[in-house]
Amino acid sequence: MFGYYLDLAFRSLARNRVLTSLMVLAIAVGIGASMTTLTVTHLLSGDPLPGRSQHIYYPQVDAIPKNTDDKEPVDKLDYQSAVDMWRAHRADRQALVVESQLKLSDPASGTPPVMSMMLSTTADFFPMFDVPFQYGGGWSAQEDESRARVAVITDDLNQKLFAGANSVGRTLRLRNTDVRIVGVLKPWRPSPQFYTVAGGRFSNGDTADFYGKPQDVITPFFTGLEINDGSFWQFTCWSLPERMGHLQNAPCVWLSLWVQIDSPAKVADYRRFVADYAAQQKAMGRFTHAGNTRMRSLMEWLDFNGVVPADVRLQTWLSFAFLAICLFNTVGLLLAKFLRRSGEIGVRRALGASRAAVFAQCMVESGVIGLVGGLFGLLLTLLGLWLIRQQPVAYADLARLDVPMFLLTFLASLVVSLLAGVLPAYRACRVAPAWQLKTL
Amino acid sequence: MDILPILSTLRRHKITAFLVIIEIALTCAIVCNAVFIISQRLDRMNMPSGVDEHRLLDIQLADIGATSDQKSRTLTDLAALRQIPGVSQVASVRQVPFGNSSSNSGIKLDTTQKSETLSATLYSGENIVPTFGVQLIAGRDLLPDEYLDFDQVVRAAAAKDAKSMPHVVLITQKMAERLWPGQQALGKQFYISDYPLTVVGVVKELIRPSIWDESAKSYSMILPMRMAHGEYVIRTATPQDRDRVLAAALAKLKEINPHRVVLKKRTMDDVRHEFFQDDRAMAGLLVGVCLALLVVTALGIVGLGSFWVAQRRRQIGVRRALGATRRNILNYFQTENFLLATIGIAVGMVLAYGINLALMVHYELPRLPAIYFPVGALSLWVIGQLAVLGPAMRAAAVPPVVATRSV
Repeated sequence: MFGYYLDLAFRSLARNRVLTSLMVLAIAVGIGASMTTLTVTHLLSGDPLPGRSQHIYYPQVDAIPKNTDDKEPVDKLDYQSAVDMWRAHRADRQALVVESQLKLSDPASGTPPVMSMMLSTTADFFPMFDVPFQYGGGWSAQEDESRARVAVITDDLNQKLFAGANSVGRTLRLRNTDVRIVGVLKPWRPSPQFYTVAGGRFSNGDTADFYGKPQDVITPFFTGLEINDGSFWQFTCWSLPERMGHLQNAPCVWLSLWVQIDSPAKVADYRRFVADYAAQQKAMGRFTHAGNTRMRSLMEWLDFNGVVPADVRLQTWLSFAFLAICLFNTVGLLLAKFLRRSGEIGVRRALGASRAAVFAQCMVESGVIGLVGGLFGLLLTLLGLWLIRQQPVAYADLARLDVPMFLLTFLASLVVSLLAGVLPAYRACRVAPAWQLKTL
Repeated sequence: MDILPILSTLRRHKITAFLVIIEIALTCAIVCNAVFIISQRLDRMNMPSGVDEHRLLDIQLADIGATSDQKSRTLTDLAALRQIPGVSQVASVRQVPFGNSSSNSGIKLDTTQKSETLSATLYSGENIVPTFGVQLIAGRDLLPDEYLDFDQVVRAAAAKDAKSMPHVVLITQKMAERLWPGQQALGKQFYISDYPLTVVGVVKELIRPSIWDESAKSYSMILPMRMAHGEYVIRTATPQDRDRVLAAALAKLKEINPHRVVLKKRTMDDVRHEFFQDDRAMAGLLVGVCLALLVVTALGIVGLGSFWVAQRRRQIGVRRALGATRRNILNYFQTENFLLATIGIAVGMVLAYGINLALMVHYELPRLPAIYFPVGALSLWVIGQLAVLGPAMRAAAVPPVVATRSV
């Protein structure tokens, strides 16, 4: 029966090409627009560390004297607090994180130096964030302390400098210091670049830059501070630092501390530890207030920073409104189409077709329109994503269709067209056969 | 035109009429708000900067670093740049308008204040006023003997040596009005940390490098500090000179020291273009969506209009046979569409207002100006009439003889 309905559907669609193409077009455009924006939102609002993010936390104390306990603490940590809490080793894993810009070159090849971003962090960074290695690995906790001149580089940089070969053991010049490469990452593109996210609440929804590529080169934290001394940017300062870019013991906040805590009991312990640390600093006179410590989980922190750009959210709403209009449009056109065939339906009913059979036939026809619309919608989605990749935004290279979104496109267009078909099909199956036969 | 028969016909086609109304209403609501957002973005993109944009070049070199001869190197660079033909002014600066990276400071009117009055951005660099081409509307420019080296100021601040800190400042008109509403700003004092600064001049406009808050976009001050950070701004004699001067300047800088990495080399127009690229993309997208929406709605009206005409062929034939003119039939469908559009627009306006309220809450958009309502209504009426014209003409062309068939 289904095959017969399908055949009828194709015949009927072929009979009125203009109306059919109008409906297909409406569904395709609606699906194309909404799937494009939904894909972007899906890519930007996902969990950057699926399966681990619930164990990752971002502790905060507030070193700024003029702040008060009823305010949110500042987004980053001062050097002393960050290093103190890191050294306490009270979490299962902990990593200090800071990024800076420096001149990078490959002394062996003699190519001109380029300005690159350097991430300086501690040994736990790699296991904690499950960073994948192509060659070699990270460094040890001893190497953190001994300020070893080692580095891990990204796949991007390895392709650029060493054409993707195993470059472990080779030397890289960072500013004026030679470091030995100990590890090369596999292609790694967390979305967003969660470990540097901060200050989102001040960005007015303009948060596209949180989705940039990882830094080219990663060095041990204290090594990085030495190599690139004088080039570190503060998040904010409460008075002028003694030397610009040298922020150890400066009245500035500029570091992030990430910790991994595996059990809920330990989470409560660590919260207490952070609160106690702040209280102790207040007692020592270094802090003016200690009541506004925080410890958000990774996803809470991303949420607090509103990482999905406001424009992307607005576009998603807009495209769904657009899809709704396309849906109403299709309902109207299907209604017109089915009721125009009242005579034919009357004959079928008179020959013994049940209402259910007429309804099913109409729904099959709607479904066919939906699938054809979905196919064109998919092409439009690909076009939409291609257009987004041409935009000068940090997340442009992420805008690709993955398998779930691919399937969702067809599912969505089928659901939309069936939804659009219900009312017209219901009306069509209520057609009184006798009345229609009389007027034939 | 008699409206009652149309209404009674519509009452028998409730669902179809309802669909047209809904479609028009949604389109009206979304297009009004989208056009409003587009106009907001365009306004933003045309925001005046206060500098002579078409004649400015911005070059940024990396890694002059913390070397001791930074100052003399900067002087060498500046002298060399000044000699390039077509260059009218040169300055070594800390930041440029729309440059995205900025240095800001909270200021107080009184040192005993608990919280800062406002946060303003800090421009500095010798010769910055003539180079940027900012317009001084009161007072005077900073004098050569008021300038201090930036690293000296940093050292003085660390040593709490108030004597070696800058004492004078230029501020924008907007900032002056915010600090001292209705008063003359010249000669007044404000504080950064505990260091007093006296306003010696007011400039008409100078936009910040990065804008978080539209209301604070013009809160800028110029401090008398000599910068040696490797960022140079060049003002050319004419806009046409820019490309040539930029190439010559880069060649000259490379000649002086070939080991420096050029981070940025761009005209001020490029800087603006880059700064507003998100707004431009969003405006473009919204224009596309509006057009697509209007086209889809118009096609929907065409489709339903055609259906109604086909369905009522016999009635039309009867009317024609009973003496109705072609014009009467045409008018009938036009009036029908006008009625549907009017109801749709009325509902759409309420929706538009509701969406605007939601946007005001979530996206800090201002209230939708009243002018959007009549303009939106008018354009939807026009689109409705245009869309229905085809089917209505086909209806008018139905010959009266149809009435004699198959009744």
